[in-house]
Amino acid sequence: MDSNHTHTHTPASYLTGYGAALGLTIIPFALVWSGWLSTGTTVAVIIVTALIQVCVHLYYFLHINLRTTPKENLLALAFAGILIFLMVGGTLWIMIDLHYQML
Amino acid sequence: MLGKLTIDALPFYSWVAMSGALITVGGGLAVMAVITWFGWWRTLWNDWLTSVDHKRIGVMYIVLALIMLMRGFIDAIMMRAQQAFSYDTGGYLPPDHFDQIFSSHGTIMIFFMAMPFVAGLINIVVPQQIGARDVAFPFLNSVSLWLTVAGAGLVMISLVIGVFSTAGWTGYPPYSGIRYSPDVGVDYWLWALLTSGVGSTMTGINFIVTIARMRAPGMTLMRMPMFTWTAFVVAILIAFAFPALTVVAVMLGLDRVVGMHFFTNGDGGNMMNYINLLWIWGHPEVYILILPAFGVYSEVVATFSRKRLFGYESLVYATACIGLLSFSVWLHHFFTMGSSADVNAFFGIATMVIAVPTGVKVFDWLFTMYKGSIVFHTSMYWTLGFIVTFVIGGVTGILLALPPADYLMHNSTFLVAHFHNMLIPGALFGYFAGVNYWFPKAFGFKLDERWGKLSFWFWIIGFYLAFMPLYILGFMGMSRRMEHYDIAAWQPYLVVAAIGACFVLVGIVCIGIQFYVSFRDRAMNMDLTGDPWNGRTLEWATSSPPAPYNFAVTPTVEDVDALYDMKKRGIAHPRIDHFEDIEMPNSTALGVVIGGLGFVLGFAMVWHIWWLAVLSIICVLICLIVRSSNDDDEHVFPAADIAGIETARREVLDSLPTPLLPGEDSGTVVGGKPVPGGA
Amino acid sequence: MTVDIATQHESSAEAVSLENRDFGFWIYLMTDSLIFALAFATYAVMMDNTASGPSAGELFSLSHTAGETFLLLTSTLTFGFASLAMREGQPSRVILWLAVTMILGMGFVGMELSEFSGMIAAGAGPDRSGFLSAFFTLVGTHGLHVSLGIVGIVVTITHVMIKGLTQPVRSRLYRLGLFWHFLDIVWIAIFSVVYLPGVL
Repeated sequence: MDSNHTHTHTPASYLTGYGAALGLTIIPFALVWSGWLSTGTTVAVIIVTALIQVCVHLYYFLHINLRTTPKENLLALAFAGILIFLMVGGTLWIMIDLHYQML
Repeated sequence: MLGKLTIDALPFYSWVAMSGALITVGGGLAVMAVITWFGWWRTLWNDWLTSVDHKRIGVMYIVLALIMLMRGFIDAIMMRAQQAFSYDTGGYLPPDHFDQIFSSHGTIMIFFMAMPFVAGLINIVVPQQIGARDVAFPFLNSVSLWLTVAGAGLVMISLVIGVFSTAGWTGYPPYSGIRYSPDVGVDYWLWALLTSGVGSTMTGINFIVTIARMRAPGMTLMRMPMFTWTAFVVAILIAFAFPALTVVAVMLGLDRVVGMHFFTNGDGGNMMNYINLLWIWGHPEVYILILPAFGVYSEVVATFSRKRLFGYESLVYATACIGLLSFSVWLHHFFTMGSSADVNAFFGIATMVIAVPTGVKVFDWLFTMYKGSIVFHTSMYWTLGFIVTFVIGGVTGILLALPPADYLMHNSTFLVAHFHNMLIPGALFGYFAGVNYWFPKAFGFKLDERWGKLSFWFWIIGFYLAFMPLYILGFMGMSRRMEHYDIAAWQPYLVVAAIGACFVLVGIVCIGIQFYVSFRDRAMNMDLTGDPWNGRTLEWATSSPPAPYNFAVTPTVEDVDALYDMKKRGIAHPRIDHFEDIEMPNSTALGVVIGGLGFVLGFAMVWHIWWLAVLSIICVLICLIVRSSNDDDEHVFPAADIAGIETARREVLDSLPTPLLPGEDSGTVVGGKPVPGGA
Repeated sequence: MTVDIATQHESSAEAVSLENRDFGFWIYLMTDSLIFALAFATYAVMMDNTASGPSAGELFSLSHTAGETFLLLTSTLTFGFASLAMREGQPSRVILWLAVTMILGMGFVGMELSEFSGMIAAGAGPDRSGFLSAFFTLVGTHGLHVSLGIVGIVVTITHVMIKGLTQPVRSRLYRLGLFWHFLDIVWIAIFSVVYLPGVL
């Protein structure tokens, strides 16, 4: 169990994370609801806010940071990330390619 | 009440199926009768089935593997016999049977022979090699074993109740969907994979944590033995590849049971996605099977060349590269299925790249042997046979890696020859070498050399006879999985292949005789010191068999080849005069129970006995909650008992001569016997 | 020649063992993330395979999804408060915040079940098309994980009540927290990949 004293183990920190996550949720929902921006731009905003919100969760709720998190945990996370990129990216590339081959 | 299960599930419809069922049931009853006759039930339950000791769990895995090797081999020899005869005739196996046999052959050999063999060797050896007392999660270890047994049980019971899949070991849709395979065969296959797959995933997680966090002080990553390194990479591969199998098997199951459309031909199904997801798992899987064998070869070559392993760092990096790259080549299993040239080219190049680190390893082993003093132990035979034969298979793999060439050879017997060339002389020979190498560690006496070498010769000659013709047949246009054929020119080759299978059969019988003779003559072949080969790594520091706690005092490591380094400094077997209590995990029936529930769940899902499936899931949850509520699952192994065990060992060690360091001993061999270096 | 003896006091051995469990659970979460990633990849590949049946735009409700998101996100906050109470050694506050988390989680699962049953009743069940199979499986797997998390919360509350905040109980609570926060991260991906683009 991580018993180090980091700044993220306080109520204020949890509430900050919550607020940031809430904001990063409201933005894409509002954009989709209102249709204010074009589809392409909205999708881009959705992706960016999602990625940022994932980082918010990792830092404020899971207390993942480069200082106190054990190296093995960071390596495991990075490795999972690489594999997700390979597997999901590879799947999309292969399946979209096949789709166009069949047209 | 019993779902789809009726009396018609029994195999009265065919004499072949009936024989299979009778042998299975008869075999099971015979085993139970023997155990009852000798009064072994209590010992079996207390000391083995409920054990959470990695050494015992490892042995049970290998017992499972050897039993399933025989079952899978019976499938093989039935197919060889069929193909040798079935020119222009139906042969003795109707197509439906033949299809079940090739499906169960692949499924059994990969999931219930090779995977348990790997898990078994890693379980027995790795904790000892890193100076640990057990794995990180002993209970999880037991659950993994019994879930694997549950999966094997589902495959075996399909011989008696119902049928097995006819969709091959890979189960491609739409054929494996409910529309074209409405019977229970594919469901048995799915649930066998799902139960054992969960077990394997947990083994992967278990060994990642064990190797990452439980190494003896001073054993940095770059001081780990090569077998432990390969086990580490394999554990990572298992943990991160099996999710893909779980996903694809669940999706196919949902298609079949609930009528979903993941892989149906129509209604928005995408059949190629099955193949994509399956091989995302499937390619790392073959590296899971081969890397532990490479680890064994590294250990055996160093020990029996009386030399330090050449190029340790390059071997480590090669292993890590193979591990990572294995996630980037999976499309080479379906080059011919419609992808564009760019996609095929990328994966073709990646496939060729991944051969390079394997080549590095082969050179490292050769350079280890160069100017070494070779000892021709049985495990060295298996290793030398591997090096020559595996390279041939590897080269055919390079050929197949070229998409245009693969268009000619995909799904021909050339492919079948290639992957058997990888798996038999590559993986299986490695497992056999590992058994011969570590058997004394596990049981306290050595295996008979004569019968071991004899089995090797029958296996390797049998392999060449069985599979070289298949390469030629592939070029001649023969497709895989053919129940009969009408090209006369093929038959002579298939007859040779059948003869090869007979040689392998003799090889298997020789292994059985080897075990029998070794057991019979064990008093003459005792491993008294725990170090029968004058080894270099820490597992040889424990007694044979080791005490339950492995090491009374955790050693401190200062170099790679930890034990060799200690021998050099004269502290291989230090005198210890003070012992502390050791906490050991309790045995538990929960592992067996959860495995049993896994079997019941699988069986219930196969036959649509929904109430039973729900009940078994609930029972599993209850087991897990009960287990998690128990924080007092260890017992104390008293210091006094440890002192007694270690003192007795001390007396034995003191009564025997201290051998010279490996490499300084003569190393030359007379009459094929290993250098005296221990007992 | 004598050798230094590695003495291990019971508590530090227990601490090491619990840290191993935390690391092992983290690895399990990484493998679970691969399962979700492949379910996402499958969804992405199949999201246009509506087989002349209902499409995402016709089925998804932004307000419904917003409600689910709010419940789950807030539950992640309240679990955080439970974790803080654990660090301060206050079992009754731990139980309180865990109970709140559980109620929010049950609200989430309830909303999801009503969404699913509504779709099925309208002929848009998982057997209607490839798109719907992928949708139900991806979102349903997440919902199943949340449900198991709720079971875990009940068990944990029981442990805290009976055993108090012992080291093993804290360790299990920590792992449950990892699980719960991880599920909220997956949900971010779900609304970003499934619901929002579906409604666009």
